[in-house]
Amino acid sequence: MASKVKLVPIPSDSVIPERDIDKSPILETHHLGIDFGGLVAVDDFNLTIGRTEIAGLIGPNGAGKTTIFNLLTNVYQPTRGTILLDGKSTKGLKTSQVCKLGIARTFQNIRLFSAMTVMENILVGLHDEMDYNVLTSIIRLPGFFRSERIARERAMELLSIFNMEDLADAEAGSLPYGAQRRLEILRALATNPCLLLLDEPAAGMNPSETEELMENIRRIRDMFQIAVLLIEHDMNLVMGICEGICVVNYGKVIAKGDPDQIKNDPVVIEAYLGKKGAK
Amino acid sequence: MKTKNKTLNKTSRMNFITYGVVIAAYAILQTMVSTGSISSTLKGMLVPICAYVVMAVSLNLTVGVLGELSLGHAGFMSVGAFTGVTAAIALQDAIPSGTLRLCIGMVVGAIFAAIAGVLIGIPVLRLKGDYLAIVTLAFGEIIKSIINNLYVGVDANGMQLSFLSDKTNLAEGGKLIIAGPMGIGGITKLSTFTIGFVLVMITLVIVFNLVNSRTGRAIKAIRDNRIAAESVGINVTKYRLMAFVISAALAGAAGTLFAENYSTVVANKFDFNTSILVLVFVVLGGLGNMLGSIIAAAALTILPEALRQFADYRMLIYAIVLILVMLITNNPTLKGYLNIIKQKLVRKKPVAQTAEGGADNGK
Repeated sequence: MASKVKLVPIPSDSVIPERDIDKSPILETHHLGIDFGGLVAVDDFNLTIGRTEIAGLIGPNGAGKTTIFNLLTNVYQPTRGTILLDGKSTKGLKTSQVCKLGIARTFQNIRLFSAMTVMENILVGLHDEMDYNVLTSIIRLPGFFRSERIARERAMELLSIFNMEDLADAEAGSLPYGAQRRLEILRALATNPCLLLLDEPAAGMNPSETEELMENIRRIRDMFQIAVLLIEHDMNLVMGICEGICVVNYGKVIAKGDPDQIKNDPVVIEAYLGKKGAK
Repeated sequence: MKTKNKTLNKTSRMNFITYGVVIAAYAILQTMVSTGSISSTLKGMLVPICAYVVMAVSLNLTVGVLGELSLGHAGFMSVGAFTGVTAAIALQDAIPSGTLRLCIGMVVGAIFAAIAGVLIGIPVLRLKGDYLAIVTLAFGEIIKSIINNLYVGVDANGMQLSFLSDKTNLAEGGKLIIAGPMGIGGITKLSTFTIGFVLVMITLVIVFNLVNSRTGRAIKAIRDNRIAAESVGINVTKYRLMAFVISAALAGAAGTLFAENYSTVVANKFDFNTSILVLVFVVLGGLGNMLGSIIAAAALTILPEALRQFADYRMLIYAIVLILVMLITNNPTLKGYLNIIKQKLVRKKPVAQTAEGGADNGK
């Protein structure tokens, strides 16, 4: 099923898919690290992600995966190292500014605007697509209606990706679990990202739902031509759709490569896949 | 097309009902005033009711929409009252029209309250929840103390300010406008019920149109989940401050309206009790529910007067009524009934909506 992707080394210790080699990578991290007090949570983390790569970040619980997401989105400021998004450093930026530059994310524990409707959740994601100011909205000048109409049409288009148009008026908090996860992905996509970070998108899903999710992630990548970095414990999903995989343990990278390399890497098997690998 | 406008229709219907209720109330009361079939006590309370309605709606923007508890809202009312009335008095000779002076006064009051909102908002909005509430309480008291010690006089040479004691050196013909703890005396009463009604309507337009826009959605998003709001590119500090400042500005305009209804105004009128009173309107009316705030503000302003026949037991009964109303409105059974009525009013059937809802109002 998964088309064979050849990973090629680039002038660092990282690899990206062959089709992305002519283009500059979307994300590069160099020697990224963060300490919490005396605890070194992440250290010497180097990662390169190609323009249209689906990359996986895996590792045992507590390895520092979500911390890496928080570093990439500047929720935490790194103690060491640099993050280059499309060649530009994101040092010192606020989370909201990093999002404007093109990194969007979902959360391990779903964080929707639960008292707002599904439509409103997407519209918040489309915030920067609307160009009217406060005064225009209070006086209701024509620019307000035009901008709102365009944004609502765009929101319906996004909802149609997951066939959720009928739910537009439902309260986000009242949606079933799977739909909430999907809405979170759509809200992230609404911000027009070039890199989508998914934190355990398949958590709590049954095998058929996971299968559907894999298809959807691939579809989103093809539709929007963006890179996806995902954290996941479901090895079927990771091995099924990820092209490049990075394995972390105790805040350090222990292996990198394509799914076949990772599956057979003795270090990885020892640290993480041991139990599942036996199957 | 049908599905697209549904959210807009539901909220805008509720908003139009609110506008309608306010306009109807104004029309009825105004007719009663002109036919003389209204008691003089109630007639005297019409302007304060308008002022408190604006206070409640503006505080609801901070508490209900932004989701932060503010205990110093009367402070902004105070800033608006004193700056607005001062402006109206200073312009007494220049502008003969009282209505125009009052309008300028309200704009000045709103601007100064907004400035106070920015100054207070910057440090306060670094905090969250209980901490924020306590600090707004402190700021409310600081504003009261400052105005209690403020002396402002005006003469041919312009305006003079002094603190703690009257050090203004006014020339012949000048007059002291704000006299410290004595406040402002000798105000010509400019406020009318009609102007109060107009201010209520303007406040509603501002708040409804703001909430129902990208700015309002950003503010609600921050209330619902701050981390997620940041992750989708919302500048949290900016929108929190914006909601806080707009709320303060509206309170400032209400302050001017309120003060111009009396011959004297003192800073002690706008103390912690007033802040709490306005908060009671908001909580009783429902967080984020503007019509509820309006009804609660009007009812609870009239209630103490209506209970005057109970003499010494007046405030006791007032408190009991308040407790009963809170208990009853939070009763789940009653809430269910209220929801049914509400759904009938906005003509929204919860089950059928996904299929055909919103088709009847295509505009």
